[in-house]
Amino acid sequence: MSRVVDVLVVGAGPAGLAAAARLAAAGAGRVEVLERERTAGGVPRHCGHPGFGADHRGRPLDGPAFARRAVRAALRGGAVVRTGVSATGWAGPLTLDVTAPTGLERIRAHAVVLATGARERPRSARLVPGSRPAGVLTTGELQQTVRLFGPSGALRGRVGRRAVVVGGEPVTRHAVRTLRAAGVEVAAVVTELPRAATGFGAVPVLTRTVVAELLGRGRLTGVAVRGRDGRTSVLRCDTVVFTGDWIPDHELARARGLAPAPGTRGPVTDGAHRTVEPGVFAVGNLLHGVEPAPVAAAEGRAVAAAVLDLLAGLPAHATGVPVVTAGPVRWVTPGLLGPAAVPLLVRPDRRLVRPVLTVAQEGVPLRRERLRGELVPWRSVRLGPEWTSGVDPAGGPVVIGAEECPETA
Amino acid sequence: MSVTRSGPLPTGREAEYDVVVVGAGVVGCAIARALARHPLRVALVEAANDVGDGTSKANTAILHTGFDAAPGTLEARLVREGHRLLGAFAGEAGIPVEPLGALLVAWDEQQLATLPRLVEKAERNGHHTTRMLSADELRSREPHLGPGALAALAVPGESVVCPWTTTLAYATQAVRSGVDLHLGCRVEKVRTGDPWHRLVTRRGELRTRHLVNACGLHADAFDALLDRRDFTVTPRRGQLLVFDKFARDLVRHILLPVPGPLGKGVLVSPTVYGNVMLGPTAEDLDDKTATGTTAEGLADLREQGGRILPALLDEEVTAVYAGLRAATGQEDYRCAAHPSLRYVTVGGIRSTGLTASLALAEHVLGLLADCGLEPGPERPLAPVRMPNLGEAFPRPYRDAELIATDPEFGSIVCHCERVTRGEIRDAYASTIPPAGPDGLRRRTRARGGRCQGHFCGAELRALSEEYGRGAR
Ligand SMILES: Cc1cc2nc3c(=O)[nH]c(=O)nc-3n(C[C@H](O)[C@H](O)[C@H](O)COP(=O)(O)OP(=O)(O)OC[C@H]3O[C@@H](n4cnc5c(N)ncnc54)[C@H](O)[C@@H]3O)c2cc1C
Ligand SMILES: Cc1cc2nc3c(=O)[nH]c(=O)nc-3n(C[C@H](O)[C@H](O)[C@H](O)COP(=O)(O)OP(=O)(O)OC[C@H]3O[C@@H](n4cnc5c(N)ncnc54)[C@H](O)[C@@H]3O)c2cc1C
Repeated sequence: MSRVVDVLVVGAGPAGLAAAARLAAAGAGRVEVLERERTAGGVPRHCGHPGFGADHRGRPLDGPAFARRAVRAALRGGAVVRTGVSATGWAGPLTLDVTAPTGLERIRAHAVVLATGARERPRSARLVPGSRPAGVLTTGELQQTVRLFGPSGALRGRVGRRAVVVGGEPVTRHAVRTLRAAGVEVAAVVTELPRAATGFGAVPVLTRTVVAELLGRGRLTGVAVRGRDGRTSVLRCDTVVFTGDWIPDHELARARGLAPAPGTRGPVTDGAHRTVEPGVFAVGNLLHGVEPAPVAAAEGRAVAAAVLDLLAGLPAHATGVPVVTAGPVRWVTPGLLGPAAVPLLVRPDRRLVRPVLTVAQEGVPLRRERLRGELVPWRSVRLGPEWTSGVDPAGGPVVIGAEECPETA
Repeated sequence: MSVTRSGPLPTGREAEYDVVVVGAGVVGCAIARALARHPLRVALVEAANDVGDGTSKANTAILHTGFDAAPGTLEARLVREGHRLLGAFAGEAGIPVEPLGALLVAWDEQQLATLPRLVEKAERNGHHTTRMLSADELRSREPHLGPGALAALAVPGESVVCPWTTTLAYATQAVRSGVDLHLGCRVEKVRTGDPWHRLVTRRGELRTRHLVNACGLHADAFDALLDRRDFTVTPRRGQLLVFDKFARDLVRHILLPVPGPLGKGVLVSPTVYGNVMLGPTAEDLDDKTATGTTAEGLADLREQGGRILPALLDEEVTAVYAGLRAATGQEDYRCAAHPSLRYVTVGGIRSTGLTASLALAEHVLGLLADCGLEPGPERPLAPVRMPNLGEAFPRPYRDAELIATDPEFGSIVCHCERVTRGEIRDAYASTIPPAGPDGLRRRTRARGGRCQGHFCGAELRALSEEYGRGAR
């Protein structure tokens, strides 16, 4: 079956739903959101903790409540949200192949917004050596197991009794809390970072430590870890949770020929979230791995303007000067700087105390911005667009770097 | 016909067999299947809780032509015949095979000088279709190859195959044709006797007139249960990396290393699942359970792989694993009939057993006849058609007709590998249902992709609990 819609959004997480809500309300025509899971809402659906903003009375929202609100907003705007529907590939520049229990479809759109999110790298992608026992998972799998089976005794049987959690970011904290709420003892948090996020309670945090080997046949019996002194020791556990280390779920983007950017591994866009393929847009965690849900949702809302421009017949693919990183900067988005002034999202590679963010083009400094506090590798910082008027649109790449303040370093 | 996994074994006449095959790897399953063509009572007995859970699940999955086998050996003959037999059976049974052909790439003068000798060897093994490719021809066939390739030898016929489906298809056909499969049933002692040998397991005893040892790495230990000490098996570990599907476009052929004095080198090969595999290492060990990977092994593979196909290293790794080859210090299989014991040993099936399996099975029928087995007339086997796991063949999630008749095939659960609820349900309803998540992966690909369960792990578990209840 073949159909035509005005806007096809792939992924009903915070980003895709926000895009659909805004577009449908703005009169973009038929706006259809495809979601492969059985319920819409994306990652927040299984984050049963507050931290997702507040409702109109100021009461804190947890993930599922945030997800429900996002779905309601999209529907209220007039978007169609379809669940249990997977976009599996491209049949043309703006035509997607779709599989659902109701059958196969080929849907052509005037604009396609990719909002497919990100995932944590599993053990194999991290090249962790050792055996291949049961009991090895990511936060994503852990949280969904809780959602499906309930947080109590049922989980202990299904997850394990004693866990080691790998990572040192806020998401690691969520994994630890989830395990402990389910009655699973957490033996340790293991992180390569010299300094981890806080909030692990009484759980020992082993910094500058790597997982050297997984042990156990059939079921995990422990992990060998190597500490900063180079010595290896074994932590007994029947479960290990690998957290963080996000990679965009960029399958559809790549299948459309959008190469992953070196830093983010997501597709490159300009400040209006256009990709280099006409009519194809990208928003949310797909662009950069995990950011708070409101950031993803804001990207979703921001794409509406460019999509409406396209529907009105204006040019529809990204152009501009490439934005690249140098020094202790892991990634920056957007990767193309067009004529419109937008702030950049900059992610440091490591902890930086009172750094100076630098912007230069062909060796010419455009901006030096001193930041007050410290930067941490799990949080991005926003760099305002005041300097963009100085960019030579015909010049070479704009380089974003960071210098640590010498007197405090 | 029955499949058991736990509880006491049958007793009395039910526990009496004409032939018991011990070890349900690809070799034992192929032997059981060949025996099932005859009116015999046959049991296949396996220590693990699934078929194909040993070396047969962890190899490089190449259907070899045998062009480079040592001419004149049993292995050379059985690999050549096995290639033909499995190729034909795969078509019937729905086992994915892709005849990509191999290229042996020479990266230095020494390797270049070796290629003509390989042509000669291939000729002696009856393979007359190999062809030399110049550096330019090579580059046009494999544009992503790293710099420095001098030339290559093309070997048509080398193919990639699904090792999981192969083993499972043999076992399924054997069971449907009347073979009893006892899983979770290690044979711990053999009390030889006439007319019955008694096999002692923790689940009870089986009696059999004829016995086949297809114990792979443990063939020497099993021989010892019958006081035979003809060879020792030394495990030779091969570590492997599997890269994400985005790497599949980087390589068109099976890229084989040219063997040299510095070792055998590593191969880069597409898999039938649409991934790219890099490996294996070759490490002689003494622990037959050392199927873990090591940091050095993985680093070494990445270094070698990066020279062959530099862009490979930019892609995510979806699996790391290791398999153990059953080396015996002899450049051939160790198959022997022991007529006085009515016993056949199938040992030393080193790095070609998947390919040779069907020919090995025929060979073993001959050895059993040497031991006095009278198999009786042949009859057709029960038909099998396995669910397709190959990317090059139609998959349920793209099959409009199938989804129209059964919407469960339109409901994707494992998104990375595009595995549907219908396939998972059917795996649990099949002749030999999975015993856990690994078994499910080998039957459906579920959880085998880039996310390794991040998205689907919890739901797969729920489905396994739901569908698995009836299966156990
Ligand atoms: C453990 C954890 C705790 C968190 N806690 C907080 C918090 O306290 N506060 C906060 O603000 N943020 C939090 N976040 C971050 C927040 O949840 C995410 O940043 C946000 O969900 C990103 O939205 P997204 O729309 O980009 O992606 P996602 O939410 O991942 O949504 C992407 C959607 O696309 C669908 N999809 C993908 N491919 C296809 C396809 N081919 N066809 C159809 N559908 C497809 C997916 O199924 C998914 O539903 C947390 C994240 C995690 C993992
Ligand atoms: C790294 C690597 C790469 C390879 N690549 C290829 C390739 O590309 N092509 C190819 O054709 N071949 C390849 N091979 C070789 C192939 O995998 C093997 O030859 C084949 O799997 C051997 O099968 P098997 O049935 O003899 O052994 P296994 O699969 O090991 O089966 C033996 C079984 O016997 C059981 N067992 C042992 N003792 C007992 C007991 N006492 N009671 C009950 N059960 C018992 C074990 O549990 C096991 O399941 C490769 C091998 C390795 C290691």
